[in-house]
Amino acid sequence: MSGARTDAQARGHADAYEPVFVGEGRTRLDAVLAKYPTKAAALLPALWIVQEKHGWISPTGMAEVAEALGLTAAYVKGVVTFYTMYHQHPVGRHFVQVCTTTPCNVCGAERVGEAFLKATGAKRYGETSPDGGWTVVEVECLGACGFATPVMIDDDFIESVTPESVPALVAKYR
Amino acid sequence: MGFPHPIHPKENPVLSRHFGEADARTYAGWVQRGGYRALEKALGMTREQVIEEVKASGLRGRGGAGFPAGVKWGFMPKQKTRPHYLCCNADESEPGTFKDREIMRWTPHALIEGCAIAAYAIQAEQVYIYIRGEFTEPLRVMQAALDEAYAKGVVGANAMGKGVRIDLTIHRGAGAYICGEETALMNSIEGKRGNPRIRPPFPAAVGVFGCPTTINNVETLSSVPHVIEKGGAWYKGLSLSNPKSTGTKLFSICGTIARPGNYEVTMGFPLKDLLYDVAGGMRPGHKLKAVIPGGSSVPILTAAEADETLLDYEGCVAKGTMLGSGGMIVLDDATDMVYQVMRLAKFYAHESCAQCTQCREGTAWTVKILQRLLNGEGRKEDLDLLLDLAEQMTGRTICVLSDSCAAPVVSAIKKFPDEFAAYLRRGRTAAAT
Repeated sequence: MSGARTDAQARGHADAYEPVFVGEGRTRLDAVLAKYPTKAAALLPALWIVQEKHGWISPTGMAEVAEALGLTAAYVKGVVTFYTMYHQHPVGRHFVQVCTTTPCNVCGAERVGEAFLKATGAKRYGETSPDGGWTVVEVECLGACGFATPVMIDDDFIESVTPESVPALVAKYR
Repeated sequence: MGFPHPIHPKENPVLSRHFGEADARTYAGWVQRGGYRALEKALGMTREQVIEEVKASGLRGRGGAGFPAGVKWGFMPKQKTRPHYLCCNADESEPGTFKDREIMRWTPHALIEGCAIAAYAIQAEQVYIYIRGEFTEPLRVMQAALDEAYAKGVVGANAMGKGVRIDLTIHRGAGAYICGEETALMNSIEGKRGNPRIRPPFPAAVGVFGCPTTINNVETLSSVPHVIEKGGAWYKGLSLSNPKSTGTKLFSICGTIARPGNYEVTMGFPLKDLLYDVAGGMRPGHKLKAVIPGGSSVPILTAAEADETLLDYEGCVAKGTMLGSGGMIVLDDATDMVYQVMRLAKFYAHESCAQCTQCREGTAWTVKILQRLLNGEGRKEDLDLLLDLAEQMTGRTICVLSDSCAAPVVSAIKKFPDEFAAYLRRGRTAAAT
């Protein structure tokens, strides 16, 4: 199991923003920068580093990335909002993505999604459960259609999930 | 092989022979299986000889377009005045397609070797492997294999000790289907929104970072070592039907099928045999209704059409569809075609980059009209409206996402008119009973 957020990450960091690109974070960014001919090309990797540390990418996080790469905060926001995997709001400790596109849909993927809502206590897709533990979303094609229904829990990619297998899966991560 | 299924006697496992063998992921395990011999051979050839060999093989792009790989490489400038780049498209996101994921999971060194050969041929010192963000396992496996390849000196400043620089970098996407479109992919590498670019200029002239660039799919590049090692003539000989379609192809079979998985067969293999024989046929008690043979972007085939289709580029075109990526979505008689077509349209509406009006508005309108039909609120002019809309969405935009949304809608309305008519008359609940 990997990629789960801590309680602090799930709450966000409204009060105190801890910079990402200092010390080891800066070293990581420098290693990325060495692989591209422009600084801007490090934007997607830099955003991943921010999300890994904070669990989401806040406006302050976007500003830090902009500063580090010589871009404007507006430009960075334009990029963040284009890609679905960057969280623009804090999400639950566990983030569940259920594929419901056609190939999985005909194999019962919508029932898998509903089973996750029921087992986690999240009221609807995109809304975090009252205990802050779970955010469940429906996503378009995860690229594992032969293993319907594929589900991502945090960074873990789980194949062949059925409505029946959901409760045990949720219990494992809880 | 159709991992996790054993190799079927009718398969021809060239790329997939070692799927499921954990040891094949390591450098030692890969070398034991004959790995990196092709790279060594290629680095002893001239760049022109490598390109000629790939041209002779007839290998065509496996990402969907089917453009001859050697010809594409030949478009790169012969005189290098600026850096050249190779981008490997591993953004596999076309619904129904999951073959590149399996290649990267099980045979990462095959892809690294293919990338290195291609980079040498087009004089690229830097390769970017663009892997979709959700592929956490392939990302891990590829990075581990790449680290090992660097440690063994297979790639890097002095690849295989032959004095050639070949650097590879894995670039993680962040959730955007459109980044599988080659010009959007380059924008994404540059740190931009994944908006496709207008062509011309073509990537071989002005690609990533404004420099000459070739973009190839994972399966295409992974086929290259076999072409180099066994020769273009050998590869060209792998063809059961049309000689313009050569080699083997991985088909990702999914949907309502008994044994979903990736199966590798020689080009020109009958679709019927692949479904009923290799992939185990329909689930008990069900009959085939339709097949979308090349990923969700291609026209739908009825069961009768599927029975007569030969799986190669020309065979699919002859039946009014396309081989595409080889992502085969099987739909049996329990499928509600109107609902599933709406789901596909919803996919495209969600993934539209929103640059072009026909696509941004057209995909959303298509979903809205289909939902209206499903809710029993369809109007009698709605089917004509959908067809008219589809026409406005075809061939008028920067990239083909809009066309991809229109193709399944048009073919479903034309081939399954009764299902649409039922919704028009009674609404979804009544139509389903």
